[in-house]
Amino acid sequence: MERTNDRQSMSLVWMLIAAAVFATVVAPARSAGQSPATSELLPGSAELIQPRELSKALQSGSVKPTVLYVGPRFLYAQAHIRGAEFIGPASDPHSLDNLRKRVTALPRNSSIVLYCGCCPWEHCPNIRPAYKELQKAGFTAVKVLYLANSFGTDWVEKGYPFEKGQ
Amino acid sequence: MRRVAVVIAAVGLAVAIYYGTHARHRDTRSSTSQAPALALVDLGGNKIDTSSYAGKVVLINFWAAWCTPCAEEIPQFIALQDKYRAQGLQVIGISMEDRNSALRDFYRKYKMNYPVVAGNEKIAEAYGGILGLPTSFLIGRDGRIRAKYPGLADFAKLEQEIIALLR
Repeated sequence: MERTNDRQSMSLVWMLIAAAVFATVVAPARSAGQSPATSELLPGSAELIQPRELSKALQSGSVKPTVLYVGPRFLYAQAHIRGAEFIGPASDPHSLDNLRKRVTALPRNSSIVLYCGCCPWEHCPNIRPAYKELQKAGFTAVKVLYLANSFGTDWVEKGYPFEKGQ
Repeated sequence: MRRVAVVIAAVGLAVAIYYGTHARHRDTRSSTSQAPALALVDLGGNKIDTSSYAGKVVLINFWAAWCTPCAEEIPQFIALQDKYRAQGLQVIGISMEDRNSALRDFYRKYKMNYPVVAGNEKIAEAYGGILGLPTSFLIGRDGRIRAKYPGLADFAKLEQEIIALLR
C-alpha cells in the first residue's frame, strides 16, 4: 500500500515538473507568436551568440570579431559595446546601404557580430534585415548577439563592458 | 505523511521554476528619486512643463512608432488616460527617433488622447538612460518616480499601482 502511494506521489511530481517546464519554455514561445517554421534567429539557434560569450571573445587576446550596431542612434549614444561601430537602424534602407559599404572590403570569412537591443528580441525590426543582408553578401561567419529584452537589461545591467558617445 | 511531504516539495519546485523564469517579466523596479522637470513641446506645438503636473499621477512612456511592442501598448495607455483622467492621471508619450510624418500619422490613426513629444538623448538621460523600448515610469503626486517598467508593462499591475497612487 505504502509503495503504491509512493508511485502515485512520484507521478504527481513528474506531472508538476512537466507543467512548470511547459509554462516556462513552450508557452512563452507560443505567446510571442513564433513558430520554428516561419521565424528566423530563434533563441537557441546556431546563428546567435550569447552576451557572456561575446564579452569573453572581446576581452580575449586573440582576433576579435567586428561588432556592428544596427539599431537607433539614441541608444548607441547612451551606451554601446566597447569598440562597436554605428551602422544605423537596419529597418531603414539607408542604414542597410551603410552596412553594405562597411563590409564590402572585408573577407567573406570575417568574424562579424551584429547587435541591436532596441526592443524585445522577437520584435526587433533591425536585426533580421541586417543578418539577411550579410548572408546575401556571402559572409559565412556572422553571429547575432542575443539580447532577449533590450541592450540595457541584457548587457548593461548584467555588467558587461560598454561605453557612451556618438 | 511522506506522500504529503513529497507533494509539497514538488509544488514548491514547480512554483520556483515558474517564478524564477518569469520574475523579470513582472519586474517594476521601485524607485523614489525625484522626476526630472522638463520643458517640452508636444506634436501640436503646445508647451509642456512637467513641473506643472505637480499633484497629479504622471505616466511617462518612452516609445516609438517603429517599435512594434510599443505600438501594442498604446491602446492600453489611451484607455488608462480615459479611465483615470478625472482622478488626476496624466499620460505623456515620449517618442524616440521617429520620423515626424510617421509619428503624426500614428498619433492620428490611434486617436491618442494624451500629449506626445519627440524625445532625444537629453530627455532619455534625464530619466537615467533609456536603453530599450518601450520603457515607462510612474510618478506619484509628490513628483517622485515610483516605478520603472522596462520592456512591455504588466498592465494589470500598472493599473493597480496607478489606483494606489491616485488615492
